[in-house]
Amino acid sequence: MSGLLYLIPIALFLGLLGLAGFLWAMRSGQFDDLDGAGSRILFDEDSSDRKGSEKE
Amino acid sequence: MSGEARELRLVAAPAAGASACLHCGTALPEGADGDYCCAGCEAAARVIREAGLSDYYRRRVLDPETPAPRSQAAPGIDLSRHVRAIGEGRHGIELVVDGLHCAACVWLIETLLRRDPRVRLARLNVSTRRLSIAWDGAAELARELVGRVTLLGYRAVPYTADNAARLEEREERALLRALAVAGFAAGNVMLLSIAVWSGHDGEMGQATRDLLHWVSALIALPALAYAGQPFFRSALQALRAGRTNMDVPVSIGVLLAAAISLSEVARSGPHAYFDSAITLVFFLLLGRYLERRARGRARSAARHLLALSGGIASRIGADGAAEPVDPVELRPGDRLMVAAGERIAADGTVLAGRSSVDASLVTGESLPQPVAPGTRTFAGMVNLSGPIELRVDAAGSGTLLAEIVRLLEAAEQGNARHVALADRVARAYAPVVHVLALLTFAGWLAAGAGLHTAVLVAATVLIITCPCALALAVPAVQVVVSGALYRRGILLKSPTALERLAEVDTVVFDKTGTLTLGRPELIASEDWSREDLELGAALAANSRHPLSRALHRAAPHVAPASGIVEHPGEGLAWTGPAGTVRLGSRRFCGIDEPGDDGALEIWLARPDRAAPVRFTFVDPVRPDARETLAELGRRGYRIALLSGDREPAVRAVAAALGIKAWQAGLTPADKCRLLDDLARAGRRTLMAGDGLNDAPALAAGHASISPASAADVTQTAADAIFQGDRLRPVVEILDLARRAQRLVWQNLALALAYNAIAIPLAVLGHVTPLIAAIAMSGSSLLVIANAMRGGRSVPS
Repeated sequence: MSGLLYLIPIALFLGLLGLAGFLWAMRSGQFDDLDGAGSRILFDEDSSDRKGSEKE
Repeated sequence: MSGEARELRLVAAPAAGASACLHCGTALPEGADGDYCCAGCEAAARVIREAGLSDYYRRRVLDPETPAPRSQAAPGIDLSRHVRAIGEGRHGIELVVDGLHCAACVWLIETLLRRDPRVRLARLNVSTRRLSIAWDGAAELARELVGRVTLLGYRAVPYTADNAARLEEREERALLRALAVAGFAAGNVMLLSIAVWSGHDGEMGQATRDLLHWVSALIALPALAYAGQPFFRSALQALRAGRTNMDVPVSIGVLLAAAISLSEVARSGPHAYFDSAITLVFFLLLGRYLERRARGRARSAARHLLALSGGIASRIGADGAAEPVDPVELRPGDRLMVAAGERIAADGTVLAGRSSVDASLVTGESLPQPVAPGTRTFAGMVNLSGPIELRVDAAGSGTLLAEIVRLLEAAEQGNARHVALADRVARAYAPVVHVLALLTFAGWLAAGAGLHTAVLVAATVLIITCPCALALAVPAVQVVVSGALYRRGILLKSPTALERLAEVDTVVFDKTGTLTLGRPELIASEDWSREDLELGAALAANSRHPLSRALHRAAPHVAPASGIVEHPGEGLAWTGPAGTVRLGSRRFCGIDEPGDDGALEIWLARPDRAAPVRFTFVDPVRPDARETLAELGRRGYRIALLSGDREPAVRAVAAALGIKAWQAGLTPADKCRLLDDLARAGRRTLMAGDGLNDAPALAAGHASISPASAADVTQTAADAIFQGDRLRPVVEILDLARRAQRLVWQNLALALAYNAIAIPLAVLGHVTPLIAAIAMSGSSLLVIANAMRGGRSVPS
């Protein structure tokens, strides 16, 4: 039973970590645009972009 | 550059081949030279090419239904009112962007703006279509930056969240945070509780149980204090106002459960109800969050529709130059310039110019009306053919618009009396539960039990009757059903709309724009040849008159003729090799006797023909209007048609659709009166309309719906908005509302059945925390599962 003394704090700590992660994600706007997030990872600065910036 | 141009050609129009516009992909008009269908597309493509963003064409996925955005002039309106300062030398603005069709548009807009070294932030939220820009420099830069977006062909209008919208967003976030905390706590407390329950057969020592209870208390109490706030606050508000709502028993139950558990734990008792209290809060928050989210989404969609329909007026200053102003800044006596195609921003009198105006949104009249100096015009009309100058007669409370808004408010007050079913149940429920707990307490005392036992048992009664299932019964159904409606293109705006829709027994339609598409179409006829049509379309392509546009739509491949002379309010003339061709009204084409059949018509007079030919048009009824009305009839709804249009047009539509009860030529006040008469006769009406003139009637009806093409005031007044050309959503929303109501009653019955079993157990003192947890989660899940059935498709 003495195992509980450190297992419970560990479990709680992990749970709190998850909660903190969620609250952080919410505060930093990760859930603001769920539709856009999926396509945004496909945007990159690629060839035609560099061409454009050379022109500038 | 030529290599790039070829690449553009290859990627821009894979389906339509080389004869498609390189920018928007629509077929090029015959005989057009160059690669673009219009100057707008050419300008947009140049901007994209010069910024080096040609990848846009490779990335985008064009929806064949919606044409690609075409370049538009930058908004002349003063944006500085909407710009806000962020820190030193930095400014920001928020806009609603229209015309997005895929992720490539987002990339294009963001990248183009970020190319500017002054721009610090450019982020377009795809879900809400809101674009935030922040930049270093003066506020005036807003115009230039927004101009770039509009040059690409997207519409961008400033979005100023009103206080209500801001408050809603904040509340939604607070709810989500509370939900997260409650979820965390519920999960952990439940883990510990299961350990305690399984130890009840004697294997667990007293010290271990106390430890687990104390840890539970440590998690649950702060979580309850935080996550329970929405309920506590709402309950306090209700109590202060001398009312009670569902949150009162919830709050009392939760607080009592926490207090009793704490005292039990302090004296090393065997039972603690922390898990019940926190799970209850978690379930209730879940229901509340989902409900708010479903409603918030429909509301913000509606708000964006409104923001996009806002216009700009050109006021003629003292020096004779036109300056763009916000319509709210207009004062009586101001002079306005209204170009062809623009919406008139204020009630006024024409000073100079001849034109025709489309008044369909204001009066329901389908035919454009000619205007000349001296004619009165109203806000909301669209100027069609020539520029006109107006003197503003009324602004603010004097306008027809304001009159309509007044009627609207009066009618809405009548509707506010409707009390949501859940609130009615709560009003009866709360006192019953509290009396029951009190009786239990007294009964146990009388039976000789100690004070401690009596309090404990009475508390379990309150905990077990905590209206978890009851509080979820209505919102769960609302969430599922409004989600199902949203997927069908129907936005449900009012929370009590489903209940009111379910009670409807009469459906009242407006004609123009509701039963019909509000968009005339050419009728095929022997009177004219293909050649006549093509010649007519070539002339018509230059005009914004709805009939001209309909004529051009009938032969879209025809290139616009150049050198057209427009005679405002009369027609178009074009001098070709064979002589002068005229397209326009009967009189304009040299026929003097007046028309008799009231049909929508244009005449074409050709020099090489003796008699002019006549094109006739009809404002077609929505493609499925007949079936929809038949289906409504089969379901037992009574149908009526109330229109502000002329009698022949209304009679024709009523005859075509088999509507027996119809009235024509009605004013907004007439419509309201007729709806009130129906209400007095005990009928529950669903009003479906789109015009400004329908807005008060929408509010006067028991429930209301309007198409997404409706005037902004009308959309605000309606309980629900449907998108698309089809009328079927009216049937769908009624079906779903009835089904939702059935599910709500079933859920209420389930919740009451649960109470009927659980309450006797609790009163007799048999409820342990384990039984409470099973009963409460079980009933909540049952109610949610039942509500899920509301989302399935409607059997036709």
